[in-house]
Amino acid sequence: MDKTYNSSMKTAQTVILRIGLYVILSVFALYFLMPLFVMVTTSLKHLDEIRSGSLIALPRDITFDAWQIAWSQACTGIKCEGLSPYFWNSVSLAIPAVLLSTFIGALNGYVIAQWRFKGADIIFALMLFGCFIPFQVVLLPMAKLLGIMGLAGSIQGLIFVHVVYGIGFTTLFFRNYYVSISQELTKAAKIDGAGFFRIFWSIFLPLSLPIIVVTVIWQFTQIWNDFLFGVSFSQAGTQPVTVALNNIVNSTTGVKAYNVDMAAAIIAALPTLLVYILAGKYFIRGLTAGSVKG
Amino acid sequence: MNTILDIKNLHKNYGALNILKDVNVQIEEGDFLVLVGPSGCGKSTLLNCIAGLEEITSGSISIGERDMTSVSPKDRDIAMVFQSYALYPTMSVANNITFGMKVRGIDKATREAKLEQVAKQLQIEALLSRRPGQLSGGQRQRVAMGRALVRDPKLFLFDEPLSNLDAKLRVEMRTEIKKLHKELGASMVYVTHDQIEAMTLATKIVVMKGGVVQQIGTPSEIYTTPANLFVADFMGSPAMNLIPSKVKTNGKGCELVIDRGTEQPLVLHDTSAKNLPDEVIIGIRPEDIGDATLRKSKGLETSDCLVDVVEPAGADTYVLLSLGGKEVTARVPGDTKAASGERMTFTFNMSKLSYFDPQTGLRLN
Repeated sequence: MDKTYNSSMKTAQTVILRIGLYVILSVFALYFLMPLFVMVTTSLKHLDEIRSGSLIALPRDITFDAWQIAWSQACTGIKCEGLSPYFWNSVSLAIPAVLLSTFIGALNGYVIAQWRFKGADIIFALMLFGCFIPFQVVLLPMAKLLGIMGLAGSIQGLIFVHVVYGIGFTTLFFRNYYVSISQELTKAAKIDGAGFFRIFWSIFLPLSLPIIVVTVIWQFTQIWNDFLFGVSFSQAGTQPVTVALNNIVNSTTGVKAYNVDMAAAIIAALPTLLVYILAGKYFIRGLTAGSVKG
Repeated sequence: MNTILDIKNLHKNYGALNILKDVNVQIEEGDFLVLVGPSGCGKSTLLNCIAGLEEITSGSISIGERDMTSVSPKDRDIAMVFQSYALYPTMSVANNITFGMKVRGIDKATREAKLEQVAKQLQIEALLSRRPGQLSGGQRQRVAMGRALVRDPKLFLFDEPLSNLDAKLRVEMRTEIKKLHKELGASMVYVTHDQIEAMTLATKIVVMKGGVVQQIGTPSEIYTTPANLFVADFMGSPAMNLIPSKVKTNGKGCELVIDRGTEQPLVLHDTSAKNLPDEVIIGIRPEDIGDATLRKSKGLETSDCLVDVVEPAGADTYVLLSLGGKEVTARVPGDTKAASGERMTFTFNMSKLSYFDPQTGLRLN
C-alpha cells in the first residue's frame, strides 16, 4: 500500500513539475517572440492602421507595400533606391569574407594542432587574444592601413577587415576541433607519402564538416550583422545593409513609416536567420563535437 | 645476411631532456625486433625516430644500408601500424589501403591488384567498401596491417598495435602477426610494454628503461640471463624472484646464506659460482623452485620452508614463501599438497641462478 502510494505521489509530482517547466518555457518563448511578432505584423499593415490601431493587433488587411518600398524605394539619405543595392553589397562582402576567413582558420588550426612547431602555443595564445580586442581599438589603425593599401572605402577593404578580425575565432574553432584528432593520423599519412597540403585536403577537410558549419554560421552572423566596420570603412555605394537600414530608419523626413522600417529590418535580418535554420542542427552538434569522445 | 636497420650512438633530446641515450641496435633481414619497456622508457620515441617522424639529436640511423638521418618518412621505405590504427575516417577501407599508392602516383590497375592480394591475405575482402567507423577493433587492426602490407616495405614498424584490443583478440592477433612475419619473411620493429608479447613475437628483444638500452638479446637470453635487476624483474610473469643473500666462499664454490627472519637461515650451495662478493641478490625464476617432484638432476638443492600462500592456477600452482625478507614465488604442479602455514620441501635449481650486485644491479655471473 505504502509503496504504491509513494510511487503515485512521485508520478504526480513529476507531472506537476513538467507542467511548470513547460509553462515557464512558453512564457519565455512568447517574451522573446513578441518583438518579431510586432515587427512582422507592423510590416504588413497600412500606415493608417498603425497610427489608429494597437501595437499588438493583427493587421486588418494585409499589404506587402511596405516590403516593396523597403526593398526598392526607401530613401537612405539623398538616394531613394531602397535596401536592395546595399543588400547585394552585404552579400558580396559577406560571402568571400566568410569563405576566406573559414579557410584560413582551418589551415591555421590544422598547423597549430597537428604540426607542432616551436612557438605554436604562443602564436595560438596571441590569436586568442585577438578575439578579445574590441572593434573600436582597431578602427583608426585599420583606416590608416586600408588607406595605405589603397582599399579605403571599397568592398574589398571591408572583406579584408572582416577576414583579419575573424581569423582569431576561426583558428580557435578549427584548432580545438583538430586537436581532438589523434596525431597518429598525420603520422600515418606522412608515412604513406602525403605532404602538408595533401593531408589537409584528403584527410582533415573531409572530416571537418561540423566545424566548418559552425564557423560559417558564426562568421556569417558576425559579418552580416556588423555595423561599426561597415559604417567606418565604407563610402556611398559600398555600404552594407546594416548601414543602409540605419539610414532608412534615421533619415526619413516627415511621417515615420514604421511599416517600412520594420520590413527593412526583417529583410536585413533574414539571411542570418536563414543560415541558422538551414544549418542550425550542425551548429549545436559542431559546438559539442570533440567534447565527447567516440 | 643483410643488415636492415642499423642505429648507431643515437641520442634524442627534447630541450634539456634526454629521451634516448646512446642507443645502438642492429637487425638483420627477417628479424623481428621488439622494443619493450615500461611507459616513458623512450621505446615509442625510438620507433618514431626510425620512422623519421621525430628528428634525432645525434647519431645515425640506416635502413637497408642507406643513411636515413635526413630522409623524410615517405622515402624511408617503411610502413607503420599505429596504436590507434590511425585509419582515415572518411575513406573506405579500400581507399585507406590504397591511399599511399595513390599519393605516390601508382596506376589504378596495379593499385587494385595489390589491394585484392592484401585483402585476400588478411581476409578483409568483405569489408572493402566500409568506413573505419563501421568496423570492430579487430577488423580495424587488420585494415591497418593491410595498409602497411600493401606497401611491401623494407621495414615494418608497429607501435603497440594490440594494446587497444581485448585480451582474447590480442592473443589471436599476436599469433597472426607472428604467422605473417613467417610468411613474408619481412623485417619488423615492434614496440610494446607487454613482456609476454615481446617474448612470444621477437627474434630479438631490446629492453629499455629511462631512454637507455638495458639489454639486447634473443628472448631466451633475456629470460635466462638478464643483464641486470631491472630486466630480471621486468621480463617474465610471474616475475623472477630476487632474494638478497650473504655469500661465503670456500674451496667447493659458494655457500649462499638467506635470512629467514626468526627461523634458521636457508643455506644453498652453488659449486660452480666463483668470485662473488659478500652480498648478492639471487635471481631465480618461479619454475626453478619446485617441490620434491622436480626432476632430479645435477645442481639441485632441497630445503624445508614455510608456505605462506597457495595460489592454484590450473596446470600449475604458485606457492608463496618468504625468503630474505622478500616474497618468493615457486611454481609447483597443480596437484600439489601444499597448504598455507605448513612446512614443505622445496627444490632449488642451482644451475639456473642469476647473481646481481646489490649496489649496481648488474649481473655477476
